[in-house]
Amino acid sequence: MATPPVKVYGPPLSTAVSRVLVCLLEKDVPFQLVPVNMAKMEHKKPDYIKMQPFGQVPAFQDDDITLFESRAICRYIAEKYPNKGTAGLFGTNPLVKASIDQWLEAESQSFNPPSSVLTFQLVFAPLMKLKQDEALIKQNEAKLEKVLDVYENRLGSSRYLAGDEFTLADLSHLPNTQFLVEKTDKAELFTSRKNVGRWWSEISTRPAWKKVVEMQNA
Amino acid sequence: MALKVHGTVGSPATFRALAALYEKDLDFEFIPVNLSAKEHKSLQFLAHNNPFGQVPVFEHGDLKLFESRAITKYVAEAFADKGTSLIHKDPKKSAIQTVWTEVEAQKFDPTVAKLGWEIVFKPMFGMTTDEAVVAEFEKKLEPMLDVYEKRLTESKYLGGDSFTLADLHHLPTLHGIMGTKVKRLFDARPHVSAWASDILSRPAWVKVASMLTK
Repeated sequence: MATPPVKVYGPPLSTAVSRVLVCLLEKDVPFQLVPVNMAKMEHKKPDYIKMQPFGQVPAFQDDDITLFESRAICRYIAEKYPNKGTAGLFGTNPLVKASIDQWLEAESQSFNPPSSVLTFQLVFAPLMKLKQDEALIKQNEAKLEKVLDVYENRLGSSRYLAGDEFTLADLSHLPNTQFLVEKTDKAELFTSRKNVGRWWSEISTRPAWKKVVEMQNA
Repeated sequence: MALKVHGTVGSPATFRALAALYEKDLDFEFIPVNLSAKEHKSLQFLAHNNPFGQVPVFEHGDLKLFESRAITKYVAEAFADKGTSLIHKDPKKSAIQTVWTEVEAQKFDPTVAKLGWEIVFKPMFGMTTDEAVVAEFEKKLEPMLDVYEKRLTESKYLGGDSFTLADLHHLPTLHGIMGTKVKRLFDARPHVSAWASDILSRPAWVKVASMLTK
């Protein structure tokens, strides 16, 4: 069997890497996952920096193109393969696409900052034997609650964030939420909100995401 | 179909959207939102404009959008043939442009906005600049600008060989920080410095920035 042209570099446990993996799986795009030994600072070595100049994961290659930034990679995959796998991840017309972009930006600007801090503080800091910052946890929990109140309202009148279909906007939330719901005592933030809970339950049980979680637990 | 922007003069996100509209030579109605009167947090605004209670909000006929970077993208694509082309049409070039658009959103803006908050806005609101935070965030900015310097040595603009949204999105935060001591970090890197001067002197941006003095 020929090696798939698509390569993703980085560990599946990385939230940004898992964002790309779930997108590829949703689109049925074959790929090769290339391990990057971050404990040995492989991501800061010259060969890796050539692909990702900020020295972060993931890096992504397809044919002769090298990309980084998980949300840029997801957009590229969804646009290159509109008819493969799950349709409509990035919309089928400009108006739907605009709505998806809007909620993708909301994830990026409003949901990601506090949920990333909480994920780091509650999941990764203990693993790395770093001291947790209680004030930071409290501050970001409060921020996240406000964002989830907006989502609760939105998801009361819309099945998914951008409309009736599962899109990149929902997908982008999977990595951080998975950690917060399954690996911390903050699951209640999501599960105590009826519509958010319903939405989380739907998107997290999609086969593509379940496969990514298997890869993370391997 | 009429274009409308609900926004506030001086709001970087509002200015980001306006920059795109002016680059595209588009006529639009500017509807001021009074942030000090908490207009953006009114039930009406939250229900009808932006549930996150932020500016800008953009209207094109029945379409209503929030998030400045979604607005600029829509404008760039819906009016692709008008004014400055702000996006690459070739899929590979477009993908590279999107990478650097994400770099602005994920890295540049959070770091530089934090510096702007400490140095520019806190004194305006009678608060004291925390110099330790300034030092911390300058330390984050320097290696980032080193990456920008290398990129701009290989590419005329961040997203490729022409000015696109990848560059435009930087304008509001860049403009603000260039009026502070942080400018020295940009000046120390020749390609970054040239790129910054170039994009800040674009007529469309000058038009947006002039709203500050009106």
